[in-house]
Amino acid sequence: MTVQDLNWPAVVIALVQVVLFVVISPLLVGLIRQVRARIEGRRGAGILQPWRDLRKLLGKEPVRAVDSSWMLRVGPVALVVSSLLLCVLLPLVGALSLDFLPSDLFVIVSVMLIGVVALALVGLDGGTAFGGMGSSRHMTVAALVEPTLLLSVYALSIPAGTSTLSLIVGTRLDSPGVIISPVSVLALVALSIAIMAETGRLPIDNPGTHLEVTMLHEAMTLEASGRDLAWLELGSWLKLAALLGLVGNLAFPWGVVTEFSVLGVLIGAAAITVKVLLLGVLLSVGEVFLAKVRLFQVPELLAGSFALAFLAVTASYLVA
Amino acid sequence: MSPIAAGLLLQLTLAAVAVTIALLVAPTWRSRAVGLTSAALAAVGLATGLVAMTGATGTLTIPVVLPMDALTLSPDRLGGLFMAVVSAVGLIVSLFGMSSARRGPEGSRTAWAAMPVFLVGMQLVPAAADSVSFLLAWEIMTLGSTVLLLADHAARASVSSAGIWYSAMSQLSFFFILAGFAVLAGATGGTSFTAMATVEPGSLAANLAFVLFVLGFGGKAELVPLHVWVPRVLPEAPSHVSAAMSGAMVKIGVYGALVVCVRLLPEAPAWWGIMIMVLGGASALYGILQASVSSDLKVLLAYSTTENMGLVFLGLGASMLLRSYDATAAADTALVAALLLAVSHAAFKATLFLGAGAVIHATGERNLDRLGGLGRRMPWTAAAFGVGAMGAAALPITSGFVAEWMLLQSLIHGGRLNGEVVSVAASVAMPLAVAVIALTAGLALMTFVKAYGIAFLARPRSPEAADAREVPLLMRLALALGALMVLALGLLPGPISEAVLATVASSGTGAAAGSAETAVAAIGVSGVALPGIGAVLDPLLLTVLAALVGVPVLIAIVLSAAKHPARTNDLPWGGGGSRARPRMQYTATSYAEPLVRVFDDVLKPTRDVQVTHVGESRYLVERVQVEQKVTDVFETRFYRPMLNLLQRFGIIVRHVANGSIHRYLTYSFTALLIVLIVVSL
Repeated sequence: MTVQDLNWPAVVIALVQVVLFVVISPLLVGLIRQVRARIEGRRGAGILQPWRDLRKLLGKEPVRAVDSSWMLRVGPVALVVSSLLLCVLLPLVGALSLDFLPSDLFVIVSVMLIGVVALALVGLDGGTAFGGMGSSRHMTVAALVEPTLLLSVYALSIPAGTSTLSLIVGTRLDSPGVIISPVSVLALVALSIAIMAETGRLPIDNPGTHLEVTMLHEAMTLEASGRDLAWLELGSWLKLAALLGLVGNLAFPWGVVTEFSVLGVLIGAAAITVKVLLLGVLLSVGEVFLAKVRLFQVPELLAGSFALAFLAVTASYLVA
Repeated sequence: MSPIAAGLLLQLTLAAVAVTIALLVAPTWRSRAVGLTSAALAAVGLATGLVAMTGATGTLTIPVVLPMDALTLSPDRLGGLFMAVVSAVGLIVSLFGMSSARRGPEGSRTAWAAMPVFLVGMQLVPAAADSVSFLLAWEIMTLGSTVLLLADHAARASVSSAGIWYSAMSQLSFFFILAGFAVLAGATGGTSFTAMATVEPGSLAANLAFVLFVLGFGGKAELVPLHVWVPRVLPEAPSHVSAAMSGAMVKIGVYGALVVCVRLLPEAPAWWGIMIMVLGGASALYGILQASVSSDLKVLLAYSTTENMGLVFLGLGASMLLRSYDATAAADTALVAALLLAVSHAAFKATLFLGAGAVIHATGERNLDRLGGLGRRMPWTAAAFGVGAMGAAALPITSGFVAEWMLLQSLIHGGRLNGEVVSVAASVAMPLAVAVIALTAGLALMTFVKAYGIAFLARPRSPEAADAREVPLLMRLALALGALMVLALGLLPGPISEAVLATVASSGTGAAAGSAETAVAAIGVSGVALPGIGAVLDPLLLTVLAALVGVPVLIAIVLSAAKHPARTNDLPWGGGGSRARPRMQYTATSYAEPLVRVFDDVLKPTRDVQVTHVGESRYLVERVQVEQKVTDVFETRFYRPMLNLLQRFGIIVRHVANGSIHRYLTYSFTALLIVLIVVSL
């Protein structure tokens, strides 16, 4: 394969996506926290606070326990790389695919799982009770979420006849009627619940908690500090932003670049930023009214979302 | 003499030489001499298998004095693939055994004599071209493995019990397979595979033989509910033997099922496919559920074998179901996926069992609750086990990932053919199968995070784990070879899946042949494409991409590390608990506790909590003892009652045969009388 063979527009868009999401994902988290603070009557730390946190963490020395292994160093990097790969592969700014690396649903889920596993191993590596607890719960939720995740996108893939996400988004752009079909709505609801669970949001995990016993995500990062923690945080934020972007593009595909042009890329970047931030605000408002469910009620919630996804798949075979 | 015939003859000779060496050589040199000869035997098997995979043919005929056809060994391409797979596993297992089974009962004369017998049996089953030599090689394999399993029976009672279960279940499998062949031979009048393949599709004989074969080969391939021997046998056998059993012998069960489905009875009605899918799906879910809650490293790996074989059969069943509805592209892809799963399972499960063997060698422990911190003490083992675990969890750039990806692709494209719904059965079966695979994959992820994280990360939970040392060079070599195979299969899926496809396309008769040539294609550097389905995967490019996006991160780390080097602290922070002792860490049992609760209804764990209160007040607790046991539901609910029934029957029958010679003479006289009456009628 030579340089000329590369599908340059797709490469450029991938690059734009990565840079854009690295910039906006801390802003997204800042916005979510800020909106929540305002609704709760607090002043909040400002939208830029996550960026300031990152800068602070990267400029500190990491403190590691003697018994921790290389996993504490490599795990956070694995998580951030897996999240960056998500930003490359998902159709966010544009629905163009790299030639030999289409945004295949199963590949994307597996790339995401690398980050999930890395985080769980970092949690165990500290050798403390909280890290193990968070890791165990995190993996339990991840295991139970997977059927919903795969089936909901399977349902979305049936009208397009392919599991390539960029083609699915393209199909929805061409025939918008698909988007409001019952099958698609069911699948999107199921997908959203799965993503809430994957990214550790309410009602599955409370991202704002400081009570160790109720934590999932936070418990795993307790032993990380300095740049280790910075990568863990950035990786999780990127994942949240990328998955919200996916939901945004599936529900509202307009603005996505399908034919490469400079203006188009600018519009696409602006569109996805607006979609992600809007969904962030929605998420934040929703979370104010939700309480975290008991850990052992999470399976029931996930079983419910699985039922929706399964219904969506069979319905799209038998009804359509 | 063709190269293949020469290879087969050489394998038989080397096996005989190895057995002789084992019986004659002094104990100090035994493991090295027999191990090397076994490795040579496996290497010849590997070469023969690879030659057969390229399409070369050759026949080795062994005349027999009995009044029947001569035994014919003539591997076709599919047989060549399986011969190569079991031989590759045999090779690394022999190397590992040379170092691990040096003394003690594992290194005894009998155990080492059984090793080449076991290996040659496995290598010859795929070469058999008629049912008699198939069954003969099958029994040689079973015999060798039983003797190997029993190596340590004098010291541990659990080994003898495992031996009994193993023999009983093996004989049950053998009986079903024998009966299946008998039905086909009766219907067609020949014992060679070519003759048997002429059976009328859809006839009673074909259906009956199919069910018998599924029971027989399913038992060897550890399918639920015939898997009960697995959690007893694989953990109790010496680790290199468990690696050979799980990595190679189980594949022979898969090979048997493939011979039936592709060569003997290719025209499958839909219900055969559904039956195999149900069996496979149930095995996958049940196996991984048991594995995820197990705290014994080898039991965990054993149950995970049931899971993986379940997935293989799920793929095979899906392929049969789709082919019966003429969805050829998806059917061929599913078949290739099932084969890739089997091949990759051989690589990663052998590595994992050898890794467990290395852990046991270093610590004497296989209870995860007493391990921990081995990653720093045994870096080679940790790395190899880690790669194997990634393969078992189907994470990218390993072999397991490619296979599972291909299976999922075939399933989601199986429900429709040219935009039309294939059938109601397929459109319910495919989503269900995807859901089963997804849940299985999720639980497998948890299982192997637990296995790796608890054993190799964090702090040692026992003095044995704290004193662990890296294993000797030869064991490390075997582990590294296994891990390399896992990565190679995962990084080069294109050429490998083309080769695998070629084996089924040529072996198949009727529907499986012909169109199958185009189901998968190699693209790019090493990527794989599914032209009939329109999906592409290039793990090598994915790795390159990951490296590219990783560069800025690494630069940031280097810059930050130059200014602010890391500081190590004696103790973890532990949420402020400065006295955080290793005992306070999560163990394997506690790691799986949420899952045990979620799947309470399926696993039926028994829990026993004993609280000892302090004398003065019942609000103060002196000691709490918790015991949790997860048993195999099939064993306690199905096999135990049946065995009890048999035992009661045995007691009743004892009155009939009480040892009195008079009574026996009466019996023989009555029998003779009955025979005479029947004859005279």
